[in-house]
Amino acid sequence: MTQFIIRRTFYALISLFILSVTIFAIVRLTGDPVTMLAEPGARAEDLDRLRAEWGLDRSWPVQYLTFAKNVFTGDLGKSFNYQMPVSTLYFQRLPASLQLALAATFISFIIGIPAGLISAVKVNSAWDNAGKVVALFGLAVPGFWLGLVMILIFSVWLGWLPTSGQGGILHLIMPSVALGWYFAASLLRLTRSSMLEVMRSEYIKLARLKGLPGYVVIAVHAFKNALIPVLTLAGINLVVMINAGVIIEVIFAWPGIGRLLYEGIFQRDFPLVQGVVIQAGIMIVLINLTIDILYAYIDPRIRLAK
Amino acid sequence: MTALLEVRDLQAHYVSFGGERVVKAVEGVSFTLEEGETLGVVGESGCGKTTTCQAIVNLLPPPGRIVGGSIAFAGEELTRKSQREMRHIRGAQIAMILQDPMASLNPLFSIYRQVSEPAYYHRALRGRGLRERVRELLNAVRIPSPAMRMREYPHQMSGGMRQRIVGAIALAGGPRLIIADEPTTNLDVTIQAQYLDLLKELQDKTGVAIIFITHNLGIVARMCDKLAVMYAGKIVEAGTVRELFNAPRHPYTKALLGSMPKLGSKEKLLAIPGHPPDLATLPPGCAFHPRCPEALPTCATAEPPEIQVIGSWSARCWRAEPQEISATDATTDSAKDIHAAAAVGD
Repeated sequence: MTQFIIRRTFYALISLFILSVTIFAIVRLTGDPVTMLAEPGARAEDLDRLRAEWGLDRSWPVQYLTFAKNVFTGDLGKSFNYQMPVSTLYFQRLPASLQLALAATFISFIIGIPAGLISAVKVNSAWDNAGKVVALFGLAVPGFWLGLVMILIFSVWLGWLPTSGQGGILHLIMPSVALGWYFAASLLRLTRSSMLEVMRSEYIKLARLKGLPGYVVIAVHAFKNALIPVLTLAGINLVVMINAGVIIEVIFAWPGIGRLLYEGIFQRDFPLVQGVVIQAGIMIVLINLTIDILYAYIDPRIRLAK
Repeated sequence: MTALLEVRDLQAHYVSFGGERVVKAVEGVSFTLEEGETLGVVGESGCGKTTTCQAIVNLLPPPGRIVGGSIAFAGEELTRKSQREMRHIRGAQIAMILQDPMASLNPLFSIYRQVSEPAYYHRALRGRGLRERVRELLNAVRIPSPAMRMREYPHQMSGGMRQRIVGAIALAGGPRLIIADEPTTNLDVTIQAQYLDLLKELQDKTGVAIIFITHNLGIVARMCDKLAVMYAGKIVEAGTVRELFNAPRHPYTKALLGSMPKLGSKEKLLAIPGHPPDLATLPPGCAFHPRCPEALPTCATAEPPEIQVIGSWSARCWRAEPQEISATDATTDSAKDIHAAAAVGD
């Protein structure tokens, strides 16, 4: 088990290295940030001074090494625009994003998993067809469009829910549905196909032949096996929702990380974009690592492998 | 005394495309099995062997359905039972051993959990009594240090061990009938023999009846009292193993015996020419006639009736005749028949 964790951690570090190089290069392709942030009509020597202050006058490899070294020591750099450490900004915004993501995960779970389960158990029935329609809509209807339609119906026409911003539970309903919608559909499809595959297996046949009650066969023998891929997807979904709910957060003026990133990109705020992306990368890698360990906990084949 | 299992005129079909395609997987199968007896069911792949057994436990995969006949188990009619009622029969009265030991155990549950389930649900054993039972069962199937092994998981076991554990699961509910669907097909040859010996020993100890589905006649010779040969959804010949091996009446039985290798024999193995028919579009008359070396003109037009040869021995063939009293003649005759079949096969 220890060996397993060490190996996974090593892979995780490699992924982060590749990510950091990529994002470092990509933000620098967007143009010169100094012209965006300096006052209009600033003199050339002032711009140069600003570049020197932000370290943009040095060569890319030198800049990268400084960036990488700082990340290792836990310093994500200082935002050009906010004049504040990126990690402070990130953690200021994290609770809002986390709240939204957890709510959306909850929604995707209570829709996706039971619906997928029923679709699989009652395969080719009316239930299954209803599930297929839900999945199709979930994947085809973009969250931002759904968000706008919901704002129109529930806020503008009916006046039941607030249009935007963070506040009580009412503020959370529409953004979490809009964000969780797509993930509910993907969980539904995965749960269904995973269940169907497991239900066809010999060991489920044997479980029935043992004369076990139907719910034990489905809910214990089959579902536990079917849950393995579903759990991975759910974990990755959560991290994606925290860090990439960009459009939903912008639509609902939700003060989360997605909106922070959106602002950073428009301002060519290199440290902010790099920092948020690396932070997201670290979280995705950490969650994946946790899921791998959880997997090992559920599945003895992984747990006990050398 | 009623027989343990009495199957009468069983018909099980797979109906698809809204009734346009009907696969008559089992079409009028009858046999009886007494307590403690072993019946071998042989035939090529797709002849309805497995479907027959799935019908007995009422677990035909959709769109399969029992469309006719009766299955009486210990005097009770199984075809009229609901799934809920059948649940108390499966595992408790009738257990099954499946073909693939690598796939028939759930990878996520311990051996203890999987072996204990039938005893838990059918014999209401709990706690220490249950643990004791599992240990006994694992001991009976020769799992070394069962107390330790039962905490392990399927992936930690070899194929042979897993199949023995499947055997332990089959015994766990204390069944009166075990249906073994090609239980040794996926095992190494050396382990096959061990496994068969083990089953035989367990049968002697518990008095359980066994239906052995196989296409290995060697296994039938070693394990079974009675033999039923299936072709295209029907039992074409049935009788005791001795009768059928000595003097098969149906050309298909002869052909199967002719395709069995014999140790030390230099005789050429005989393949049966052609393929088994599509069960949705059977040829008219006897289903075997296109491949039959002894076919008569009638065979292509009329289906042969079941001819009682002697006692419980019957054959569905126009050439089969009730046996005269002197059994020795029949034996030499059929030996000639086999050579005749061999000549045609060459």
